[in-house]
Amino acid sequence: MKEKLSVIKEEAIRQIQGADTLEKLNEVRVAFLGKKGELTAVLKGMKDVSPEDRPMVGQLVNETREAIESLLDETKDKMEKVAREARLREEVIDVTLPAKKNDVGHRHPNTIALEEVERIFVGMGYEVVEGPEVEYDYYNFEALNIPANHPAKDEQDTFYVNSNIVLRTQTSPVQVRTMEQGHLPIRMIAPGRVFRSDEVDATHSPSFHQIEGLVIDKNITFADLKGTLAQFAKELFGEETKVKFRPHHFQFTEPSAEVDVTCFKCGGKGCRMCKGSGWIEILGCGMVHPNVLRMSGIDPDEYNGFAFGIGLERIALLKYEIDDMRLLYENDVRFLKQF
Amino acid sequence: MNTSLSWIKKYVPDLEVSAQEYTDAMTLSGTKVEGFERLDEDLEKIIIGQIIKIDRHPDADKLIVCQIDFGTGELVQIVTGATNVHEGDKVPAVLDGGRVAGGHDGVKTKGGIKIKKGKLRGVESNGMLCSIEELGSTKDMYPEAAEDGIYIFDQSAVVGESAIKALGLDDIVFEYEITSNRVDCYSVLGIAREAAATFGKAFVPPVVTFEENSEDVNDYIKVNVEDKDLCPRYCARVVKNIKIGPSPKWMQRCLSSSGIRPINNIVDITNFVMEEFGQPMHSYDLDTIAGKEIVVRRAADGEVFRTLDGQERILDSSVLMICDSEKPVGIAGIMGGENSMITDNVKTMVFEAACFDGTNIRLSSKKVGFRTDASGKFEKGLDPENAEAAMDRACQLIEELGAGEVVGGMIDVYTMRSETRRIAFDYEKVNKMLGTDIDEATMLSYFEKLELGYDADAKEVIIPTFRQDLECFADLAEEVARFYGYDNIPTTLPTGEATIGKLSFKLRIEAVARSTSQFCGFNQGMTYSFESPKVFDKLLIPADSELRNAVTIINPLGEDFSIMRTTSLNGMLTSLATNYNRRNKNVRLYEMGNIYLPKQIPVTELPEEKMQFTLGMYGEGDFFTMKGAIEEFFEEIGMKNKVAYDPASGKPFLHPGRQASIVYADTVVGYLGEVHPEVADNYDIGERAYVAVLDMPGIIPFATFDRKYEGIAKYPAVTRDISMVMKKEILVGQVEAIIEAKGGKILESYSLFDIYEGSQIKEGHKSVAYSIVFRAKDRTLEDADVNAAMSRILKELQGIGIELRQ
Repeated sequence: MKEKLSVIKEEAIRQIQGADTLEKLNEVRVAFLGKKGELTAVLKGMKDVSPEDRPMVGQLVNETREAIESLLDETKDKMEKVAREARLREEVIDVTLPAKKNDVGHRHPNTIALEEVERIFVGMGYEVVEGPEVEYDYYNFEALNIPANHPAKDEQDTFYVNSNIVLRTQTSPVQVRTMEQGHLPIRMIAPGRVFRSDEVDATHSPSFHQIEGLVIDKNITFADLKGTLAQFAKELFGEETKVKFRPHHFQFTEPSAEVDVTCFKCGGKGCRMCKGSGWIEILGCGMVHPNVLRMSGIDPDEYNGFAFGIGLERIALLKYEIDDMRLLYENDVRFLKQF
Repeated sequence: MNTSLSWIKKYVPDLEVSAQEYTDAMTLSGTKVEGFERLDEDLEKIIIGQIIKIDRHPDADKLIVCQIDFGTGELVQIVTGATNVHEGDKVPAVLDGGRVAGGHDGVKTKGGIKIKKGKLRGVESNGMLCSIEELGSTKDMYPEAAEDGIYIFDQSAVVGESAIKALGLDDIVFEYEITSNRVDCYSVLGIAREAAATFGKAFVPPVVTFEENSEDVNDYIKVNVEDKDLCPRYCARVVKNIKIGPSPKWMQRCLSSSGIRPINNIVDITNFVMEEFGQPMHSYDLDTIAGKEIVVRRAADGEVFRTLDGQERILDSSVLMICDSEKPVGIAGIMGGENSMITDNVKTMVFEAACFDGTNIRLSSKKVGFRTDASGKFEKGLDPENAEAAMDRACQLIEELGAGEVVGGMIDVYTMRSETRRIAFDYEKVNKMLGTDIDEATMLSYFEKLELGYDADAKEVIIPTFRQDLECFADLAEEVARFYGYDNIPTTLPTGEATIGKLSFKLRIEAVARSTSQFCGFNQGMTYSFESPKVFDKLLIPADSELRNAVTIINPLGEDFSIMRTTSLNGMLTSLATNYNRRNKNVRLYEMGNIYLPKQIPVTELPEEKMQFTLGMYGEGDFFTMKGAIEEFFEEIGMKNKVAYDPASGKPFLHPGRQASIVYADTVVGYLGEVHPEVADNYDIGERAYVAVLDMPGIIPFATFDRKYEGIAKYPAVTRDISMVMKKEILVGQVEAIIEAKGGKILESYSLFDIYEGSQIKEGHKSVAYSIVFRAKDRTLEDADVNAAMSRILKELQGIGIELRQ
């Protein structure tokens, strides 16, 4: 019996070593360990072994079986590894071949800039509101302290529908509409289309966008206006950005200012973009004029606030270095796909 | 407004600043300097020399050889081709290594032209004699300069001194952007006052005194202001024994630095005073004034008048005129008449310094179609007090220049006196508004520099008449802020009640529309809100269509921009056409923009503005690609119900067999379709193009961001396929409606897997196959459940004439 097992074992080892494919290896497994395999046959013959020899023979059979099995497994692992490596070698691809892209669309540069601005102000607790694009003269001018026949009205090159209705020249009428609702305090921005009768060229368009901002509360100061817009400029153009407030005049704010930021291309050293000055003008702002508060039903002795107006196209053109405003309204996909 | 630094320094004598310092400081205190030009930027080593001797050039007929004394003790030889110089003349000469601004032809060279010594036809020349053009100016600005030749100084010029200085070219001209409220700064004195305050220097305005003769102006002229509402003040004086001649150099230099051409002493005085005081003046030849009377009245409608530039102007009764007893002699505040203008033969003249209603001048100047320096100033609304001051100054200059004799007395029709305003002042309130901690004395010192008075008892700031822009407390706060320095105000963030930052529901839905479009390959475009009324024809919109009722702009940039769009399609098709024309392939665009629907014609209230989500495409994809984009969007905004499509949408601009209304919950919320080939032709789009328009106000009521988890099915599904033959006219939508209606609670989903028309199917029919999936949430379905549902569906399908195939 012992010899028999030893012969089986050797024969198994020989066959295992001779197998060159996984299939052949499996055949060997079946031939020895399968239901009708040689070792199985030995096990079946155990009943003929004397009871006193059985434990010894049993142990011997098990040892033989374990030896064959472990060699089978080892060999199988080796063969699988070799096979996998061969496959991996075969499957080498040229990773520099062109990508297969989903042809996704792109947002308009104005929208990208607007979403940036909205993100910043929403983060500071501002609500985004809207107002009509075709607007009453009252909201566009009079309620903003620009009475009939005021020169400031002429400066804006207004499109008229009739003597009372205009295409809004600014988003500022949304200030008035918001204040009239009387929910105080107010922190809002109002983005939207505005219209002025400028002929189309590289730097002008009769239709463009502004973003109005308005804060009304008790104890709002000019320092708060400065702080808010400085924060905004840093968020939009980078932490290193500095702001400069220059006195200016708007009918609906007093004191008023224009705001320059350090040129985000040259960092303030002076370049073509900032015309050598190191500064770029980005918005106008000021403390809401008491006349405007009064006309909108707010007591200027109790409440005050600040307002600002940003030209969206100006931001988009500067930020993305677009050199011709007409590109924004042509909708050539070769332009749009760059954003 | 342009002014030279030297003119400013006449009134701020202690001002010593560089051009850049001046620019920065003035801009930060509120007088914005747009830029500056150094007149001697490109001039170097240009000295006054006297020609001692002139010899002919031995080898060139057109050249002469000059020996010039520059006061150095030895003569310098310079060869020139000029023909206007003589021995003894004092001339500007650029020496070896110096620079001139440009050529004799007046064309300037950037950086100037370097002059080196050399030989001209074999004769040594150590420099160049200069014409006024080579010095960067023109004969217009230097009327004494030779017509075509070297500039010749008068004999008082000092040999060896800088010619640049002697010609007043050692100066800097600043260009200002004056804000419309600062009327006072449209004058040199106004800017000088700001400069003095900005740099903390003394402001020294001219001291005005002059002699009048013993006659009475009233014996010469009467003034009758008929339309007093348009003329708050009219001052008139008479000057006799006028001697017309050139004005002095200093005055010419001031004028030319402001871009005004010197003409003669009288014209120059009026222009000088206009710049200095910001008060336009006018002079009339008294001998042309009929009846020796000035009448200020409105023009008659249709009245024609010839202004002093020789142009005929047609007027109406809104335009204010200056007249004599018979005829108009000038358009008030805009331009005088040819018939009364000052000529070289004038003996006696009337000087006018008036104040006209700014708005009226502005409207009149628009009406008659031209603006002048004078009307540009009047339309800002001038201070009537300034009229008299300017008149006095002009008389002083008449006397100083020896240009005439001022007749005693001034006629002054002063109907609307400008009042001194008082504004209550509380320094703590200013600090509270600015967020600063400035003491009262500092604030008051700013006011003092600006010539604002202060009544300490009443605590009121007294506003001089030239500061009509200061009306209320906030204006005072601005004066404090700009002299304290905007830069010095701290930066803080608002405190107070917290507010929630958010976007409205509408804006959030629009954001989803943008992102879904992006995933579906659509690029965002933007088009104008106004367009041409011709687009209706281009879009085949019938003559009686509601869409043709548009909001019209009464002053458009042209017909192409004259109506507010009532459909967003034109913008989209134009954009597709632009891309097609530029050979861009597979173009997909969308736009989120308003249409404007008038509530009535003519418009009396604001139109309804409806946000339209418009998609357009050509190239890869078809009608169903567009449909897919719409349904993706609906799913993203929580519109989970089945969307219905009604082919009877009746859009004339779409292919009649390839269009549908988009119906959600029995409401039409938009449409889609293939662009009608005729419309595509009208836009020059040479491919099949597809569009969809969703009406956002119609969609928003159905949109929601609420989501509920429904559980993932635990029990197996049962799938049944059915194959049908039906008439072509039957829509698969009808089949689907039946499946939905009759499938019962266990119906999970269904999908079309085959549609076929052709040889095996009878004429006018199509074969359609669906796969229907049933599942119960709580158990494994029995055959009987599914059979019951299927038989309900099949019965209904047969009911509309659909045959089942085995």
